[in-house]
Amino acid sequence: MKPRRRKNVASYVALIPAFIIVVFAYLGTMLWTVQISFTDSRLLPSMNFIGIRQYERLFATPRWIISLENMVIFGVGLIFVCLILGFLMAAALDQKIRFENTFRTIFLYPYAMSFIVTGLAWQWILNPTLGVQQYVRNLGWTDFRFDWIIQNDKAIYVVIIAGVWQASGLVMALMLAGLRGIDQELWKASRVDGIPAWRVYLNIVVPMLRPTIITSVVLLSLAVVRVYDLVIALTGGGPGIASEVPAKFILDYLFGRSNIGLATAASSVLLVIVLVIITPWLYYEYFRPERAKGAK
Amino acid sequence: MKRVTRVLLGAVAMVGLAVGVAQADPQKAEVFHWWTSGGEAAAVKEFAKAFNAAGGEWVDTAIGGSGATARPIGINRIIGGDPPAAMQFNTGKQIDELVAQGLIRNLDDIAEKEGWKAALPPAFYDAVTRDGHVIAVPINNHGQNWVWYSKPALEKVGAAEPTTWDEFFAVGDKLKAAGIIPVAVGGQPWQLNLMLNAILLSEGGKDLYLKVYKDLDPEAVKSPEFKKVAEIFGKIRDYSDPGNPNRDWNVATGMVITGKAGFQFMGDWAKGEFVLADQVAGKDFGCILGPGQKNFIMGGDVFIFPKLKDEAGTKAQDLLATTFMSKDAQVAFNAKKGSVPVRLDVDNSKLDACAQIGVQVLQDPDKQIPAADILASADVVQSLTDVVAEYWANPSMTADAFVEKWNTAVEQAK
Repeated sequence: MKPRRRKNVASYVALIPAFIIVVFAYLGTMLWTVQISFTDSRLLPSMNFIGIRQYERLFATPRWIISLENMVIFGVGLIFVCLILGFLMAAALDQKIRFENTFRTIFLYPYAMSFIVTGLAWQWILNPTLGVQQYVRNLGWTDFRFDWIIQNDKAIYVVIIAGVWQASGLVMALMLAGLRGIDQELWKASRVDGIPAWRVYLNIVVPMLRPTIITSVVLLSLAVVRVYDLVIALTGGGPGIASEVPAKFILDYLFGRSNIGLATAASSVLLVIVLVIITPWLYYEYFRPERAKGAK
Repeated sequence: MKRVTRVLLGAVAMVGLAVGVAQADPQKAEVFHWWTSGGEAAAVKEFAKAFNAAGGEWVDTAIGGSGATARPIGINRIIGGDPPAAMQFNTGKQIDELVAQGLIRNLDDIAEKEGWKAALPPAFYDAVTRDGHVIAVPINNHGQNWVWYSKPALEKVGAAEPTTWDEFFAVGDKLKAAGIIPVAVGGQPWQLNLMLNAILLSEGGKDLYLKVYKDLDPEAVKSPEFKKVAEIFGKIRDYSDPGNPNRDWNVATGMVITGKAGFQFMGDWAKGEFVLADQVAGKDFGCILGPGQKNFIMGGDVFIFPKLKDEAGTKAQDLLATTFMSKDAQVAFNAKKGSVPVRLDVDNSKLDACAQIGVQVLQDPDKQIPAADILASADVVQSLTDVVAEYWANPSMTADAFVEKWNTAVEQAK
């Protein structure tokens, strides 16, 4: 008993620097940001409090509303498509096929690229006068149209396409690791019982992959909240302001428009969204009591 | 042995000499800016050369990217108590808060001694003055409302340089019929805003422009004249190509250079692209301030001088300010930067045909129009840029809806 407690004390001591960093650098700046959002700060932070005026302006600004909507569309689209594609790719690789390593590298390769490179590449591919549309037209189908990138209501889906291209490889890698962790006896048993493979995947494997799926969703959600460079390189937030996202809104107002007050108000709103939606859900998934007591 | 000693002695003497030089030359000044592209860097070297020749020591701190990247870094250094001797800003209201906080030196003595007030266009002199004190050095004068056109493209359809908007669209129809894109548009918000401002001045005139940007007058925005401006701006959509969203300005300029497109609305930095492609102003490409009323929208950069604690640094600042404003350095710098010298009293004979048009228009003080950034805060101007971009991207939005959004944006950001 005694040695164990000593070990605990030692580990707490070892954690103190990290703890201090979290409290001051992370919570401290977070609180400071929220505080600034109630002031009239412009170029320099000031402590001249003006109540919720920044928030009133924020939610009366069409660009912010569009940004929030886009974040939801992008988030749902990215997470949903990435999970499905990632799972399908992982399941395909799990069939003990030849050249598995080659395929795995190909699938994972886009993730190694920066969002800027991804965005620029897709900007050219999707540009109606340079890319796919022109190529198909040159082949003879002169009425072919694929110009989502210049359409107000479809531009955000272009961002999803590029995002999926980039991130589904990562989900694939996580899922594959999860699949490899599944007991081979399970497959043997299901084969003996004559259950088709797709049912085994759907009813047994996917539920068992739950922790992997949650990890993927968390990682993807982080990418969704901070998506910035992809939009910059791909659409520049356009056409017009049709594909703006919150992170771009915040950085534009923070640096280009010398309006720290409004930018911090926007970041505070993002913070609240993350706290209200993601944290309770994470808590539920990771720490719910019956799980702690149960299986393991 | 002897030789070794001699070499050693020689080395010591050289070090001593170097130290001696350093001590005799205390005019060291760190200059903070974001001019990193080829032409910009070459232009900055001209200032460095002039400063070093005048007995200073130029320490170059260039931050890549745009001002939005570099500015916060520089501001943090000023607030953090480690200011550079001079820092670049765009001409305009960006520096107001630094001035209000008393972080910036005033340059009244130098400005008076060297007669800046007489040498500068009034709008620029006002732009670097706050409460009667000169607080910055203007560096360059970038014309923002140029229309560039391809001479071969216009010749091909037998059209002359348009002088009114009706003529402009008539030429556009001819170009369209000949399979040439009439207007190369870069559909990024800031470029669209430049285009709108160019139209505003050529169609609406100086008074409307100043009412809209300086007075932020909602009635002027609601006037039929402004609505006409919005309609002309909207009409250009039909004369551009579908590839315009998010197109970079230099790509659009490239379309004019190759004759794929007829016109482009862009500032005089576009000239650098033409020159790089071995084209000659007035021969291969033409330039219009207008069509319609000729005015010159002046934007540019300034250097501010943060207050320093040591006297030597302050002296170096004096020398630096004098260098920036000296006639020779002004001409050398601006020739490479593509802009026009801020001083009106320099020899402009070496400038190209387009710059000559600009210089000629600038002779009339009534046509020296300050850029929107000089008249209104960054927040106002950029919020309006959002509105302009939204209007451009949405052809079903009416001019009335545009006017209403414009006034709402001003009301919020003011």
